[in-house]
Amino acid sequence: MPTSVMPESGRPAPEGPPSARSRMTPRSIVLWSAVALLGAVGWGVLALSRGEEISAVWLVMAALGSYAIAYRFYSRFIARRVLQVDDTRATPAERLEDGVDYHPTDKRVLFGHHFAAIAGAGPLVGPVLAAQMGYLPGTIWIIAGVIFGGAVQDMVVLFLSMRRDGKSLGQMARDEIGRVGGVAALIGVFAIMIILLAVLAMVVVNALAESAWGTFSVTMTIPIALFMGFYLRYLRPGRVVETSFIGVALLLLAILGGGWIQDSSLAEYFVWSPETLVFCLVGYGFVASVLPVWMLLAPRDYLSTFMKVGTIALMAVGVVIAAPTLKAESVTEFASTGAGPVFAGGLFPFLFITIACGALSGFHALVSSGTTPKLIQKESQVRLIGYGSMLTESFVAVMALIAACVLEPGLYYAMNSPAALLGPTVETASAAVKGLGFTITPDQLTAAAKAVEEQTLVGRSGGAPTLAVGMSEIFAGVFGGAGMKAFWYHFAIMFEALFILTTVDAGTRVGRFMLQDMLGNVWKPIGRVTWKPGIWITSALVVGAWGYFLYAGVTDPLGGIKQLFPLFGIANQLLAAVALAVTTTMLIKAGKLRWAWVTGIPLAWDVAVTFTAGWQKIFSDDPKIGFFAARNLYADAIDAGKLLPGATNADDMHTIVLNNTVDGVLMAIFLVLVLTVLVNCAMVCVRALRSAEPLPTTEAPYVESRIDLPEQRGSEPLVGAGS
Amino acid sequence: MSTVRKVLGAVLWYARELTGEAEYDRYRARHRRHHPHAPVPTRGEYERLRTLRRECEAPGRCC
Repeated sequence: MPTSVMPESGRPAPEGPPSARSRMTPRSIVLWSAVALLGAVGWGVLALSRGEEISAVWLVMAALGSYAIAYRFYSRFIARRVLQVDDTRATPAERLEDGVDYHPTDKRVLFGHHFAAIAGAGPLVGPVLAAQMGYLPGTIWIIAGVIFGGAVQDMVVLFLSMRRDGKSLGQMARDEIGRVGGVAALIGVFAIMIILLAVLAMVVVNALAESAWGTFSVTMTIPIALFMGFYLRYLRPGRVVETSFIGVALLLLAILGGGWIQDSSLAEYFVWSPETLVFCLVGYGFVASVLPVWMLLAPRDYLSTFMKVGTIALMAVGVVIAAPTLKAESVTEFASTGAGPVFAGGLFPFLFITIACGALSGFHALVSSGTTPKLIQKESQVRLIGYGSMLTESFVAVMALIAACVLEPGLYYAMNSPAALLGPTVETASAAVKGLGFTITPDQLTAAAKAVEEQTLVGRSGGAPTLAVGMSEIFAGVFGGAGMKAFWYHFAIMFEALFILTTVDAGTRVGRFMLQDMLGNVWKPIGRVTWKPGIWITSALVVGAWGYFLYAGVTDPLGGIKQLFPLFGIANQLLAAVALAVTTTMLIKAGKLRWAWVTGIPLAWDVAVTFTAGWQKIFSDDPKIGFFAARNLYADAIDAGKLLPGATNADDMHTIVLNNTVDGVLMAIFLVLVLTVLVNCAMVCVRALRSAEPLPTTEAPYVESRIDLPEQRGSEPLVGAGS
Repeated sequence: MSTVRKVLGAVLWYARELTGEAEYDRYRARHRRHHPHAPVPTRGEYERLRTLRRECEAPGRCC
């Protein structure tokens, strides 16, 4: 029910412009000038170095300097002027406190929670693939994208949801723009979830295939998590920190054990083909998502969180201390020709969809509008939690980019090009890399694989192995030297696989809840979250859906990552378009047309990127880019009885035709769904602007806060505080 | 020495808060406040309720 007409419901706006009350002191002017200078020097070195190798430290400096300035100035501007956060207003956590869903949480703790929820394997994969265009385009997009797009989206969604007692993005879409848009958003989110799970699972398959060490240590995470689950339930209820330490110790043992297994006669039992791994993952996904939460999901989640925080900190220290030099070119020729082997297409739009997580990720809008807003103590904390967490994720992406760019380009392309291009041996791979314009000898390829104790590194696409080689390079430079390389490589593989398996489990559950919700409208019992057969049926449907795309990707003769990753990137960014469109509409409805550019500009950019990419994926005549062009090319060849490059037999030809058709149709469905939401939003905006009276707000009414935080009594009064 | 202890204490506090280990302490205090005469559920009972609750909600995890 609408309760009042203005966003500042029930309470007059604070007197005078906020800036008048917060003039900077000379000390802070000096400090921020120094930060700006540091960032500018970093950018200067990145921009001016041509042809010579530079240190990764400059990249870190450019990133951190930019983040600091953006956080201090831009996020504050958004909080004060655009959103008008008001710390005298009680948050839902305070008003509705029940100790369960709603309770005011310390902002540092909530920052950790929110960061752990948004950051997974995504920011580790995209930048590695995008390194094909050089380190500069990726770096610029990650940093500019997060400052003006990703972090803004996360913070604004968080704020708007908080003002509506923690409503989800889907609910807000339905309430603000109507049923059609709401339903389109819901179906879109579900479809995107499926592609996301398939692509991430494919990263694991590519990392573990034919590797006894990796397979053993990642498999061991299952008994370790089960042990933790039983320990927590029966032996030491609730002692999570203690249990997690035991878990991490066991995990490290499992990595060491993998090395031992690899050299023993047991190795052959852990060398699995990609197809076997697909069936294991699908089976795991189903079982994990129907088992009780305490057995597998919860302990795995604790392990992931600890590993995430620990490894990211380790990486930051490693990059700064080891200060590796970037071997990749700043901008490769693939940026302009669009003929790169890792993913097809030109810099615009394909760089911007390859790097989604870390710059702008629509998925975050789901987390920002679900749990987190119900836990915020004070409105002004949306800055740290929304904007700050996303900046941190962006930094993770920058480090992943660095890890990929410290590799010799020859090795990078030998690892990330499709198997069809590289051929079966180090000799053919070496020749293929030469054809791309880079050099690596067969001996160097063998030596690189030997250094990390893998059978081969050729054609290990998907991002994880590349990141792992890069990380082992950096870590070995700081901790343990060359002898530790194999350990660090498998540590990195384990770390990424652990994230992804957690996502597979959690994502399957999320998908199942969505499906139950949707099907519940048609047939009531299936919507009940405690009815076991309903859980099994919907879980099987979700697992079957992503399992199909996983299998299709793994067996795709043209390379699954190359085929599916663009689809995932476009889908994720389309979700961002939905989130930004809904938030822009909400700002306009609240009478803030003046400030609508804050989400409107990233929205316009994102729509331009995703729709150009989507259009090219559907209508391009180039079979390397267009799904239907490829489909037609291979279908015509089948009719003519010919085999085309990439296919070794007639079955491959049919697989290629089928996959391209499915991917193309899916792409079209995504675009139509998002277009529906966008048109719907535009209609609501026009209605809001034409209306003489402001449209009714859906915000919860103003209630005065009783929480008094010591930090607010400092020199810098927050908007509304004490006025 | 006391600085080291302080830092370790802060790390432990953060880890307990982040993992939800500290939730029970708050729950117990709250329970005593609201239902002073009812017996407080034990840690084990509370943790069972907590995981049961997680069973019925979509986990907030992302890519």
